Amino acid sequence: MTQAYPSPDLSVNLGGIQMANPVAVASGTFGYGQEYEKFVDIAAIGALIVKGTTLTARPGNPNPRIVETPAGMLNAIGLENPGVDVFLDEYLPYLHAKNVTVIANIAGNSIEEYAALAARLEGQEGIAGIELNISCPNVKQGGLQFGTDPDTVYQVVKTVKGETGLPVLPKLSPNVTDIVAIARAAEAAGADALSMINTLMGMAISVQERQPVLANVFGGLSGPAIKPVALRMVYQVYQEVGIPILGGGGIMCCEDALEFIMAGATAVSIGTGNFVHPRLALDIVQGISDYMQAHEIEHLQAIKGCAVR
Amino acid sequence: MLEKGKIIRHNQVGTDLYEIELAAGAIVREAQPGQFIHLRVGDAYDPLLRRPLSIYDVDAEKGTMEILYRVVGKGTKLLTQLTAGEELDLMGPLGAGFSIAEGINKVCLIGGGVGIAPLVFLARRLRSKNVELCFLQGTRTRAQIVAEQRLQAWSVDHYIATQDGSCGYHGMVTDLLTDENIMQGVQFIYTCGPEPMMKAVQAWACQHHIQGELSLEEYMACGIGACLGCARKLHSQDEFYVKICKDGPVFGLHEVELYEGRTGS
Ligand SMILES: Cc1cc2nc3c(=O)[nH]c(=O)nc-3n(C[C@H](O)[C@H](O)[C@H](O)COP(=O)(O)OP(=O)(O)OC[C@H]3O[C@@H](n4cnc5c(N)ncnc54)[C@H](O)[C@@H]3O)c2cc1C
Ligand SMILES: Cc1cc2nc3c(=O)[nH]c(=O)nc-3n(C[C@H](O)[C@H](O)[C@H](O)COP(=O)(O)O)c2cc1C
Ligand code: FES
Repeated sequence: MTQAYPSPDLSVNLGGIQMANPVAVASGTFGYGQEYEKFVDIAAIGALIVKGTTLTARPGNPNPRIVETPAGMLNAIGLENPGVDVFLDEYLPYLHAKNVTVIANIAGNSIEEYAALAARLEGQEGIAGIELNISCPNVKQGGLQFGTDPDTVYQVVKTVKGETGLPVLPKLSPNVTDIVAIARAAEAAGADALSMINTLMGMAISVQERQPVLANVFGGLSGPAIKPVALRMVYQVYQEVGIPILGGGGIMCCEDALEFIMAGATAVSIGTGNFVHPRLALDIVQGISDYMQAHEIEHLQAIKGCAVR
Repeated sequence: MLEKGKIIRHNQVGTDLYEIELAAGAIVREAQPGQFIHLRVGDAYDPLLRRPLSIYDVDAEKGTMEILYRVVGKGTKLLTQLTAGEELDLMGPLGAGFSIAEGINKVCLIGGGVGIAPLVFLARRLRSKNVELCFLQGTRTRAQIVAEQRLQAWSVDHYIATQDGSCGYHGMVTDLLTDENIMQGVQFIYTCGPEPMMKAVQAWACQHHIQGELSLEEYMACGIGACLGCARKLHSQDEFYVKICKDGPVFGLHEVELYEGRTGS
């Protein structure tokens, strides 16, 4: 249906990351993009957040690593990746040549590792921003997740900001009692935007085998099952911080994405949904565009956070 | 490739075993034996993920393909309810299939249970190249034997073993490997089925210095190498994991450490 109304402006600025549209694909669910090229034009996606990168290669966890659960899945991939050098040499140039908006995702087991990773990415062509996975165990603090303590979050973000001029988005873990406290700490440390949420810790047991299904016992829950939790957290954080939010968790369709935007997200990320529908991100871009046209919305700014009471 | 495959035929062919014939011209054009499709059962959020199923047979002229599946859980149970005329959301063909070595005159295909699915398409391809083959099919009981007619139509030597003795040889299908009359002249062996069965095939092939290929399974999410979910170590002492969906599902018969129970890790 063609409307008299001009085609809407889908572009958004996510804390300094200029995105042509508000839909990103989430880290660990889209590989390095190449895997999905047969199915979708990866350059048309708002931003491609690549698989989590560590300083050196990591083999990942033993199998089984994934299992389906009602309206979701658990994963314990264990951050398998070839290390930052291979990412920069073998994957990034390809994405850069294709004009893909790339957000790197880094993970460390100490603040020094985060700092070294950020420094390594500094000045590399083709990276629009850095997402900080802070759902990793801090080996110096007995394996406690970085993302569960506001002071630690502050330190990590502050340190990384000191190493890079790129926009930095800490990715908040939902496995905390007070997500707002964490978000505030990240903002105070100079985060340019927030990414939320990472997976919720869960598990599944095989009754037949009388043991946990995942070799790692616990895994991160993702998919539609977590959407209400993610949405609530975005809604809460939006009211308390001034920096933009990349919201996601269980987004499976355009309405889901709009819910996140109405809760206060500037842009959204699609994770598990990519496995179900490889073209989902672009279908959602189209859906948002159609919605804006139908409701005569010129820019998403007009509905961002509109549901907040 | 993403394709909506229209169901042309869907029928039960054995105990808990069903065949679906689908119109999926684009996938069929590219499909190689050993590759799989990743299909969505319905459009609800439970089951959420796609299900990987081997390409069981293709008809290149009609642009149709078939799958053979066994009902084991939520997704496959739901699949049985679909009827002709309905569409299935397909991704494929995915994975690295079987290689077809030149200069080989006789091969053995040995499958257990629903594991014969990729071997049937392979048999079609090999027969079209005039490769002589013996097809060993093992099931628990007579009511699980499938593909008899098509194998016959391609003049394949088809041998059956049932664990309860209700049809063919009474015992494990791998016992047939010791039958000189069947195995005479076999130069290459392909296998798919339960891991203990494939382990026995591997041991036999190792003893007889015969090369071959096998097909592995693992839980999958993306099906294309992006999520790193379907990982497995080829050998327990390896440091790194392969991805069954992308590096496989087909691997060299002697390349993989197999297990008596479920995948060790
Ligand atoms: C490459 C490949 C080819 C296959 N080809 C065939 C085939 O031709 N015919 C056939 O009947 N089966 C085949 N399988 C197994 C088939 O994928 C599973 O039986 C099916 O996914 C079970 O789904 P469900 O919902 O009924 O079972 P559920 O147990 O309810 O499934 C729960 C989850 O576990 C996964 N799962 C369960 N069993 C398996 C398994 N054995 N392998 C991989 N994932 C599993 C499901 O995909 C799903 O994500 C193949 C598997 C792979 C990896
Ligand atoms: C298989 C898998 C791997 C993931 N790997 C990473 C990762 O490496 N780094 C990260 O920050 N998040 C990772 N995530 C989390 C996702 O990026 C996303 O935040 C989460 O899945 C919630 O979104 P969803 O419900 O849309 O999937 C992974 C998720 C899945 C399912
Ligand atoms: S299923 Fe995702 S990597 Fe194999």
